[in-house]
Amino acid sequence: MRLPLLALLARGPAHGYELKQDLEQLLGSAYPQPNVGQIYVTLGRLEKSGLIEGEDVAQSSRPNKKVYHLTDAGREALRAWFEEPEDEPRVRDEFFMKLALAPQTGLAEQITLINQQRRQYLNTMRQMSKLAAAEDRDNRIAHLLIEGAMLHLQADLDWLERCQEELEELE
Amino acid sequence: MSDERPAPVLRAEGLVKTHHGEGAPAHAVRGVDLCVRQGEFVAITGPSGAGKSTLLHLLGGLQRPDAGHLWLDGEPTDTYGEARWAVERRKRIGIVFQFFNLVSNLSVADNVELPALLAGTPPKQARTEREALLAELGLTGKERSMPGELSGGEQQRVALARALVNHPPLLLADEPAGSLDSKGTREVMRLLSRFHQRGQTIVLVTHDARLASAADRVISFFDGKIADDAALDGGTTPPRRSGISGVLELKD
Repeated sequence: MRLPLLALLARGPAHGYELKQDLEQLLGSAYPQPNVGQIYVTLGRLEKSGLIEGEDVAQSSRPNKKVYHLTDAGREALRAWFEEPEDEPRVRDEFFMKLALAPQTGLAEQITLINQQRRQYLNTMRQMSKLAAAEDRDNRIAHLLIEGAMLHLQADLDWLERCQEELEELE
Repeated sequence: MSDERPAPVLRAEGLVKTHHGEGAPAHAVRGVDLCVRQGEFVAITGPSGAGKSTLLHLLGGLQRPDAGHLWLDGEPTDTYGEARWAVERRKRIGIVFQFFNLVSNLSVADNVELPALLAGTPPKQARTEREALLAELGLTGKERSMPGELSGGEQQRVALARALVNHPPLLLADEPAGSLDSKGTREVMRLLSRFHQRGQTIVLVTHDARLASAADRVISFFDGKIADDAALDGGTTPPRRSGISGVLELKD
């Protein structure tokens, strides 16, 4: 959450609740709604590490709100964020361990494990499809997020298929 | 109560099909039992070469099984010949294929109307049906186009209109998005879901899990046999621990 918040502040000063709304609007309903408390905590930490600065703004009928802006150090941190590629996603290693170890335990069948895992992925895939159908058609970023998640699942499903082909031959 | 239920739209028992080509015989379908009820949307997935297209061809009478039986609406099809199957494919079974199989020298309008006319629908009604379907599929204005002038996604929508013009109780789809880009895939997925919501029974063969997830039942097909047959409940039960939020979550 730290760097996305910095990135939103690169556009101009904003207060916590505004940032929450910006994030929701940008990422759409598929993204788990950020908790406003979590946002305030993160903003506090960012301020402590000197990446942003807050300024109290008086409001007539309500308590002061704190408007944050990016510091030079914050801008630098953001630049460094953009400069680095991210780690690649990892294979579902817990499932892989089950698959690899099942035969010697005599407690589970590999094919049963694969089928069970496939059902789980397919159900999630179906939920994604529903989310995609419900999402505002014009929110490209939100659709790309869902599509990315679906493509990852597709890859996991393809891999399950490979496991099944390979292991059924052994039977 | 179970006696009250209508006969399944489609029932298969012990279907077997072996292809005798040049090399060793290919056991495409090795004993398949299947029951598809009215209003179901069933996806059959599996790796290429698993025999899923052969299975679909058997279900649509495009190929005959070496062994086993098939019932349409409770009626045995064992005695059906080529001509009878052709009639069934006009009236009771609509089919869409990966490569659309439109008649290239007929206009879009004629491609859609032809099966209606062949099924004995009066020309005026065939036209009304065609107009309604093309409008529904976002193809109004393309009536006079020839298939070759359309994009792949548009051609598949014409093929869908053609398959549905006679209101068949059963729609079979063989890799309908297999030659489409991801936008076309989403379009096909949306349309199949929409027709399904209105009660259309669909059997879809696909290797694309995204497309399969539009169905409410997914059959995994491996090496000529059904490896798993799962009802998808997506949306009716809340996702467990990881599930959807785990997949979408952006980490701190």
